[in-house]
Amino acid sequence: MIAALLKRDLAQFFPFTGSGAALPVVFFVAVAMLFPFAVGPDANVLARTGGGVVWIAALLAAILPLEKLVARDIALGFFDQLRLRGLAEEAMMAVRLLAHWLSFGPPLLLATFPAAALLKIEGESFWILLLGLLAGTPGLAAIGLMIAALTASLRAGAALSGLLLIPLALPILIFGAGALARQDQVSLGFVGAISLALVALAPFAAGAAIRAAREN
Amino acid sequence: MQAPRPSLIAENLACRRGERLLFRRLSFRLEAGAACHVTGANGAGKTTLIRTLAGLTTPYAGTVTREGALGLLDERTGLDPDLPLGQALGFWERIDGCTSPDGALTILGLHALLDVPVRFLSTGQKKRAALAALLNRAVPIWLLDEPLSGLDAETIGKVTGLIRLHVGGGGIALIASHQPLDVPGMKSFAIEDFAPAAREEET
Repeated sequence: MIAALLKRDLAQFFPFTGSGAALPVVFFVAVAMLFPFAVGPDANVLARTGGGVVWIAALLAAILPLEKLVARDIALGFFDQLRLRGLAEEAMMAVRLLAHWLSFGPPLLLATFPAAALLKIEGESFWILLLGLLAGTPGLAAIGLMIAALTASLRAGAALSGLLLIPLALPILIFGAGALARQDQVSLGFVGAISLALVALAPFAAGAAIRAAREN
Repeated sequence: MQAPRPSLIAENLACRRGERLLFRRLSFRLEAGAACHVTGANGAGKTTLIRTLAGLTTPYAGTVTREGALGLLDERTGLDPDLPLGQALGFWERIDGCTSPDGALTILGLHALLDVPVRFLSTGQKKRAALAALLNRAVPIWLLDEPLSGLDAETIGKVTGLIRLHVGGGGIALIASHQPLDVPGMKSFAIEDFAPAAREEET
């Protein structure tokens, strides 16, 4: 049952197969392409600020698919039908979390290669950036899922979810971008730890949220 | 099916929607082979009752006890609107481990629609598709919320026939509908009979 559900969720959200889901990656690369035009081609400035820009672009790219992440399937009665078949909301949300991360995490990591080249991020910085994104994107996906589930039954949910995500994503951003500035790996450990905690928490929080959404 | 006989028992059930008490002191007992028709005006609480019986929402008071798996048919079909009907149904067939979906498709005349995306289907066609998904599950307890709305006369006959067959085979069906339904031996109650009196509601 879980495998069939994951396959379906992936087909819904994966870039190029799902409905217009390539947007986050396109957005990410577009930011990396436009930034040098905005601040000028000075390689030093680019290398110093580029990492932060990549992180912000990654964070915003993670928000883009939130609107349809949970709300659509609530309206569809999809989660209700799965519940009647004995599947716990927590399991549905764990699968959804995995599908959400797979749909934007790995494509984003791949897009980091051209983005880093455009922003003159090279050598050790590049690897710290890549490892940081690898450690941080699951956390961003988890925050996104929780917020999408919490705001699913609200009318202004989409606008609210963007606002809610920003403060929650700050720790990941601070340690992730900070690791670049200081060139250290301790911060990367923090990013990974925050991500793990969020990933462990998200299915329960999101599951409780969609159960609560049924009551109104 | 195996082991215990299906049953669906509501005891002293009360449900609210928002601040409003919809019904209270509602009790019934449905055993294998029983059908029950719940009538009531729009907003009287039929859908709330069905969702409570399905265990999707918690009752304000009272308990629901059931034995046996339960299938729900309501206006939310759970079928992906962007997929062709065949694939949308195929997903639920895989989830349910259904190996012979052809029977349900034939009975409900869905073969011609399998390539049509679900969002292009009419209300009645969607309802038929949801019924096919329900038939594929082979569950003993059916909760049907307005199963006849949007259907033409011929399909209404078919659906009634399916309900008779299901009940006749030892299943349980609880149908919320404001349309008359011809199933022999079916119990019936109006949900308004359990609505609180105006004076009671204030307290």
